[in-house]
Amino acid sequence: MKKLSKSNRILILIAALLIIPAYFTPLWQISLWAPQYPEGLNMKIWIDHLSGNVDQINGVNHYIGMNHIGDEMFPEFTFLIYVIGGLIALGILAFLIGKRWSLYAFFGLMTLFGIGVLVDMYRWGYEYGHTLDPKAAIKVEGMSYQPPLIGYKELLNFIAYSGPDTGSWILIGGVGLLIVAIIRDRFQKPVQAL
Amino acid sequence: MKKNVWLLAAGFIAVALAPGCKPKGAQSAISGDAASKVYVAPGEHDEFYNIVSGGFNGQMSVVGLPSGRVLKILPVFSVHPENGWGYSEETKPMLNTSNGFVPWDDLHHIAISTTNAEHDARWAFGNANNTPRIARVDLTTFKTVEIIEIPNSAGNHSSPFITQNTEYVVAGTRFSVPTGDNQDVSIDSYKENFKGHISFISVDQETGEMNLSFQIEAPPFNFDLARAGKNKSHGWFFFSTYNTEMAHTLLEVNASQKDKDYIMAVNWKKAEEYVKAGQGTKKKAKYVHNLWDEKTHSATSTMMEEVLVLDPKILKDMVYFIPCPKSPHGTDTDPTGEYIIGSGKLAAIIPVFSFTKMLAAIENQDFEGTLDGMPVLKYESVLHGEVEKPGLGPLHTEFDGKGNAYTSMFVSSEIVKWNIETLQVLDRVPTYYSVGHLSVPGGPTGKPHGKYMVAYNKITKDRYLPTGPELAHSAQLYDISGDKMQLLLDFPTIGEPHYAEAFPASLIKDRQVKFFKIEENMHPRALKGINDARVEREGNQVHIYMTSIRSNFRPDNIEGVQVGDEVYFHVTNLEQDWDVPHGFAIKGANTAELLIMPGETSTLKWVPDRVGVFPFYCTDFCSALHQEMQGYLRVSPKGSSTALKYSTGEVE
Repeated sequence: MKKLSKSNRILILIAALLIIPAYFTPLWQISLWAPQYPEGLNMKIWIDHLSGNVDQINGVNHYIGMNHIGDEMFPEFTFLIYVIGGLIALGILAFLIGKRWSLYAFFGLMTLFGIGVLVDMYRWGYEYGHTLDPKAAIKVEGMSYQPPLIGYKELLNFIAYSGPDTGSWILIGGVGLLIVAIIRDRFQKPVQAL
Repeated sequence: MKKNVWLLAAGFIAVALAPGCKPKGAQSAISGDAASKVYVAPGEHDEFYNIVSGGFNGQMSVVGLPSGRVLKILPVFSVHPENGWGYSEETKPMLNTSNGFVPWDDLHHIAISTTNAEHDARWAFGNANNTPRIARVDLTTFKTVEIIEIPNSAGNHSSPFITQNTEYVVAGTRFSVPTGDNQDVSIDSYKENFKGHISFISVDQETGEMNLSFQIEAPPFNFDLARAGKNKSHGWFFFSTYNTEMAHTLLEVNASQKDKDYIMAVNWKKAEEYVKAGQGTKKKAKYVHNLWDEKTHSATSTMMEEVLVLDPKILKDMVYFIPCPKSPHGTDTDPTGEYIIGSGKLAAIIPVFSFTKMLAAIENQDFEGTLDGMPVLKYESVLHGEVEKPGLGPLHTEFDGKGNAYTSMFVSSEIVKWNIETLQVLDRVPTYYSVGHLSVPGGPTGKPHGKYMVAYNKITKDRYLPTGPELAHSAQLYDISGDKMQLLLDFPTIGEPHYAEAFPASLIKDRQVKFFKIEENMHPRALKGINDARVEREGNQVHIYMTSIRSNFRPDNIEGVQVGDEVYFHVTNLEQDWDVPHGFAIKGANTAELLIMPGETSTLKWVPDRVGVFPFYCTDFCSALHQEMQGYLRVSPKGSSTALKYSTGEVE
């Protein structure tokens, strides 16, 4: 199997190390705006906890019978730190191996992880938006409140936004570096064995 | 000849009927783009906070400048049913005095805290005139957090003026009164038995907490107003006096006889030395000290027993008298601290005194005599000069920081601008009508913002739509940034404003408390969550530990209360968001509602006097389901066997 150039291997290493900030920065954010909340309500999802206006969002959402958001709602918080750790370890391993297949494998793994996160977010959002207390004060026929997966969505008097936050953007940048590495590797003139 | 007489007569009639003969009104005084200068667009903020005394309403009002919009009524010395001030169990101690609970007072003057003679706007101080007290308002919560009573004082008018680093806030007595054990005396023994005490209240630089540090036992004059020296005159305080005739009846006549009264100059640094050296005398005097605790959301009232008094007849080099014409009202120091302006309200001139000359006169013992052993300086030796023909009835002077002074003229109803150095009158504008105090943002400090000036008037007459016999008091806003003063706006005010101070909004607007953290609530009967909501009987007292959060009370069904029980509703607002207060009121309670800020606990006491089911509800429109935020309390006859029970959301 083809060996990678030194610079492409370093790109893999950087991509792997760029996952580390995921431990210290928020990964996802959900924001809400309404006429009464011109400053917006903002919730951030970290690797193992929530922060921001969670109480206020719960206060607003209880009218329509939505579940109480809290750390206990996300079992992901218990194992995500290990998953991320594993990704970093495998990235470093791919750098050490330094073969084309290791680059592709790491890229594939990261892509799968990304898809997995989105699927998981969608599943959570669907459940959160559709599981409504039948005794809720405000019931709008046929209305559910699933937050947008990515982007904006209007929900009654609120405009909701959902999207990646700092940690994820850094991580996505790392994946971008892997793509650069792949392209460079593809178009590189074959290096003759010395 | 005859024809000429007729022509002359016709001419007089024409003149008499001519509409243009009335003096010009304010309409002609407005010029240029006045409207755009005071227009604050929807959603925009005013440039200045203006803290305005409420006079006989005992409150302060918070006004934005230049718009003149009222932002808040802030209760200080008067009960305020709107938010339960003086009605809730927690706030009642704030209005306690040595005379017991006093629900009202007359608040005349504002002092905004300063550092290095510039506004830091941490606190606003206000005086109670009638039952002498000083209050401190926290400008991050806009709440009265401390009130200290002033003993040996009556008519606390010469107050609450502050030193340049807010070391002290002073209280000079308007009425001299007999003090100590010698109080049952005949009124005509005034000169022998009456005293004029001046109080210096120290202010803790960190917490703001006040402490009556010492009093100076001054002659039995009427003390009217005061200003601290600043910058070069820091360390001195100047008090205006009238009734140096020492009359005790018909003061209108008897206190207006002398050609000159005095400005009393106090070297308070010297007074501090005497205090340190133990030269004061501790005297018995009862006065209360009320303090609000933002952690327990409650006030405590402590009775104090004694006060330290300095006798200037014995303790030399501390008090001097500067002769000042005709019953001076305002005594104001300019931003440099060099000039002291005395406004003799019956005088035809405005005297300007020089601090440098005063020190020299003291140094050279340039005295015209003594008053009970206290030196009276020679008028000419201390005088910088006199402003000639300024107008009639000068009261107060403020400054623009550009070398100009602005003096309010009550009798001639105008404000006169003059140059402090040259004493030349530069401009004059009418006020509507009979201006009392005037206020320039930062005006009494070392750093005035010479952009606006407000006139607070005593007479309103025809300025607004009439409202029966009692009219709103009027204020006018002027642009003073140019050579000529320009009238911009006329706005009604709350109560009867006397003094006001304004400062840049940027000093405090980002430091506002938005809500109280529930985990920091140390109220002994606070609840941290809905699960602790309960009702407990302690003898004939029933304590209801209640929570409020959008949009329910817990508990909201209560039974087992009996006629004659003392029922205490301890309501904790569990909200943790800005602008979500909840109210609480129950039918028939002989008290005001509670208005509970997020994270706060307040208590309403109620003694039901009849059997029945009593509804209670949230009085502050809090949410879409505000109208559902309600409950019932059942009252049974005394001795009834109805069990104490409470619930929320339980349906049989």
